Amino acid sequence: MHQFTIEPMFGTDHWSIAGHNIAFTNSALWMVIAAVALYAFMLGGMKRELVPGRWQMAVESFTGFIDNMLAANVGKEGRKYLPYVFSLFMFILFANILGLMPLGLVGVHPFTFTSHFTVTGILAILSFSIVLVVGFWKHGFHFFSLFVPHGTPLLMLPLIFLIELVSFMVRPFSLGLRLFVAMMAGHVLLEVLSSFVIGGTNAGLGFGVLVGIPSFVLMVAICALEILVAGIQAYVFALLTSLYINDAEHLH
Amino acid sequence: MPQISQLAATYSSQIFWLLLIFGAVFVFVGRGMAPKVVATVESRDKRIADDLAAAESARRDADAQEAAWRTQANKQRAEAQGLIAAAKVDAAKATEASLSAASARIEATVTAAETRIAAASSAALGEVEAVAAEAAQDIVNRIAGISVTADQARGAVQGAFARG
Repeated sequence: MHQFTIEPMFGTDHWSIAGHNIAFTNSALWMVIAAVALYAFMLGGMKRELVPGRWQMAVESFTGFIDNMLAANVGKEGRKYLPYVFSLFMFILFANILGLMPLGLVGVHPFTFTSHFTVTGILAILSFSIVLVVGFWKHGFHFFSLFVPHGTPLLMLPLIFLIELVSFMVRPFSLGLRLFVAMMAGHVLLEVLSSFVIGGTNAGLGFGVLVGIPSFVLMVAICALEILVAGIQAYVFALLTSLYINDAEHLH
Repeated sequence: MPQISQLAATYSSQIFWLLLIFGAVFVFVGRGMAPKVVATVESRDKRIADDLAAAESARRDADAQEAAWRTQANKQRAEAQGLIAAAKVDAAKATEASLSAASARIEATVTAAETRIAAASSAALGEVEAVAAEAAQDIVNRIAGISVTADQARGAVQGAFARG
């Protein structure tokens, strides 16, 4: 569990806002690294050439991916959410993948800040607030009709409303917890397997062959799976955000 | 689980730095760069679509011009064939006219020549008669010693000529 520990780097004692400590931690450092890496990646796509190079093509495929997702899920109004959804997707994707980098080999301890529910929760609340603000801004109190599906019998109305309301209010939790759990579970799994490899090999040749090598093979496979999960979770977060935005834009 | 055990100590720092850094990402990457990249892609797509439309209209123009050219060529060919046919008819008529003129001329010449020949042969016949009458008169005079007049001799010769 050491890999999830937040270690303050500087500003521990005197950096605070209204009594709340805002020390610069390794978590904040990796946020900065993810942001800088993302900025550098995007910079390669800003040549705006008519015939794109490889890098510009890669950047364009990412923006096109989010653009298509918004167009498919929200429609033409989706374009105005592109900045937010794109930032969200790319930031989470870079955080997830940077956290998986084998930087331990060069003595750097990578920190996956998306494995902290404080972080994923804030991002989820951000998405949820946008949904609420857009919904109430666009539809006013009519937004509550989101909780009443078409054709609900009058008798069932209070119950359905309650159920829909609960399912709506659960959204930020499911959104934030999904990412946190997926990232944390993957990292824990890799850690457990690597402890099998090390422990088994240290326990002798027999254990090393019986436990160490299969665990190592499994680890390689799970590393590939984790890279997939890193992409999928970023995609799921962005996709669900766009689906919720669609609810806010169009109700049902 | 550090996420829970460190929550009280670190939540404010996590929230602050996340909002700050994600805010920066949103402003610089999300608002600053992503729309430009999308706009680049769109302008490229639009340009490709425009070029395709221009090519399509150019092709249609070319087709229309070819069709127009073809109809004009057909028309001109028909005109040329009409001209050729008319010229042939004219030429045939002219040939016929000159042929008939020539044959008339030839016929006139032939008729004149025949007339001349007939006149000449009758003149020659008359001459032969005269010579024969003279010769007969002379022969009678010499052989029989009878002197016949020229008229008698001519009558006898004419009678012999008439009998053939």
